[in-house]
Amino acid sequence: MNRIDARFAQLKSASRKALVPFISAGDPSPDGVVALLHALTESGADLIEIGVPFSDPMADGPVIQHASERALAKGVGLAQIFGWIAEFRKTDTTTPIVLMGYLNPVEIHGYERFAHDAVGAGVDGVLLVDCPLEESQAVGAIEAAGMRRIFLTAPTTSAARLAAMCEKARGFLYHVAFAGITGANRLSLDAVRERVAAIKARTATPVAVGFGVRDADSAAAIARFADAVVIGSALVETLAGAGSAQAACDAARAFLAPIRAALDAGSAAHAA
Amino acid sequence: MTIDYSHYPDSHGRFGDYGGIYVAETLIEPLAELTAAYTRLRDDPAFIAELDHDLKHYVGRPSPIYHAQRLSKKIGGAQILLKREDLNHTGAHKINNTVGQALVARHMGKTRIIAETGAGQHGVASATVAARLGLECVVYMGATDIERQKINVYRMKLLGAQVVPVTSGSKTLKDALNEAMRDWVTNVADTFYIIGTVAGPHPYPMMVRDFNAVVGREARAQMQSEYGRLPDALVACVGGGSNAIGLFHAFLNDADVRIVGAEAAGEGIATGHHAASLAAGRPGVLHGNRTYVLCDDNGQITQTHSVSAGLDYPGVGPEHAFLKDTGRAQYVGITDDEALAAFHELALSEGILAALESSHAVAQGIKLARGMEKDKLILVNLSGRGDKDVHTIAAREGLSL
Repeated sequence: MNRIDARFAQLKSASRKALVPFISAGDPSPDGVVALLHALTESGADLIEIGVPFSDPMADGPVIQHASERALAKGVGLAQIFGWIAEFRKTDTTTPIVLMGYLNPVEIHGYERFAHDAVGAGVDGVLLVDCPLEESQAVGAIEAAGMRRIFLTAPTTSAARLAAMCEKARGFLYHVAFAGITGANRLSLDAVRERVAAIKARTATPVAVGFGVRDADSAAAIARFADAVVIGSALVETLAGAGSAQAACDAARAFLAPIRAALDAGSAAHAA
Repeated sequence: MTIDYSHYPDSHGRFGDYGGIYVAETLIEPLAELTAAYTRLRDDPAFIAELDHDLKHYVGRPSPIYHAQRLSKKIGGAQILLKREDLNHTGAHKINNTVGQALVARHMGKTRIIAETGAGQHGVASATVAARLGLECVVYMGATDIERQKINVYRMKLLGAQVVPVTSGSKTLKDALNEAMRDWVTNVADTFYIIGTVAGPHPYPMMVRDFNAVVGREARAQMQSEYGRLPDALVACVGGGSNAIGLFHAFLNDADVRIVGAEAAGEGIATGHHAASLAAGRPGVLHGNRTYVLCDDNGQITQTHSVSAGLDYPGVGPEHAFLKDTGRAQYVGITDDEALAAFHELALSEGILAALESSHAVAQGIKLARGMEKDKLILVNLSGRGDKDVHTIAAREGLSL
């Protein structure tokens, strides 16, 4: 069973919500990535998204742009990222990992080769920001290899498209909370709640919400109606200030602990 | 099998393997709305009449075809004819597109215009039409380009636009395009993004081509009425490729007309310091479309170089990628030095200061002419005037003005 599906099934039976941290691969330090991944799971991450740096991240705000630039300056690419994931998998065989990035690095790596290498390393899902449903044929290799293609839904997605996406959705759907770039502060809970309800009415596939989730309060508020909460820019910004690999792990733990606690308190209150 | 080039792109915005819509989900619906609005307007007689009126009375069309007789005589080969887009209002072909897109924006009820710019010509052309229609205008421009194109930055400000410096990535045109796209995704409800070249997601490569295709339509008719025949060859410079496709499009099905695009070979393609995406790049995905891009083995877009800021772009319009693969057009590199030599040659023999971008086309036209008989005709798109480049040329030659 794909680790993403297994994890969401397990969370569902435990009435828990998924905490999904996003890190930008190789930032703040290429040497510390594997330790950082373990630190994230130890602090309550249920699934980890790893951003593949790209020179032209059109959908990202300044925090993730700068993280990508720092990683690229250190030569971070897919080969290294696969190496880190393989290393992480030696001791963690259950936490799902989703690669998130832009199409060109995958296209240039080659779709078949990418799918082969990613599965070999232990990747479970792939989210290609600039590859919408309609352009998916080229990336068929990803699903053929057993990984999940994660689709984005947006506040602007039409009802007809939403229906098509819900039909094709596997793993989970990632709902973009507002029209904008990552890390912006435009979250409107009512609008997001309405959209998530519309998606859930059409599919049993779990729904994650990301963009603009910054802290325990916003995470807990989202978790009241979504299955998973993605936290990216706020975490990447916190990690960027860490002076060493060890400090990055400590910062990750300190950042995630209150969010995990808030999500669990919410689930417990709901169960009661 | 003969290809009918008038049938592209298909309904998904594809030119063969190229083009398409590679954007984040948030932009899919706004792009579909734009496609629907544009598809309706392009066949609407009232819209066409409005556009034609603006092109005639505001832009100053038609632009003439000028026979560069002294230059041709000096070279001693084919006759060089210049399509004088430099004589348009604001000094380049860019206005053909911005006038058209601004009308689309107004029909869609958008109140705010955004644009990206490299050399500043498209920014100026966007600020110009926004001023005329009373629309708010924000232009994104790489911090590096702001430094080397100060006059155009000030022109945009005089026209009431806000110029936003882009400090991410390489701080040039490609980064300005990224930033404009980020603005658009954020303000999509009231904002119209006027892309300046035949790149970006569908419908932009088609729409920008259509608005520039007036150049080739006009030229085809002028050639027939003034010379009694079509030219033997067309030459245009290619950065993103909007002036080139504008000239080429009406001639694509004229198999006897040779078509040549001149890319920026910078310091020479072998040096790696160039912007020749078609000559030296590979198929990839950038800025919403599949096309030829300049990138490394990790798929990271690489830095480009050209003396001309308007050609300094690591991608190229998808229709050019298609024309390269089908063999309908050839794309060749012209170095900085060759472009500068052509700039001076044209200035001294014809009294025309061409833009550095267009000087690449002139250089290629001269090369072609040398190998052709005197009774052959080469039509070169003189896409812009060179006033904006005077400081750059002086600095290269060790002068400060």
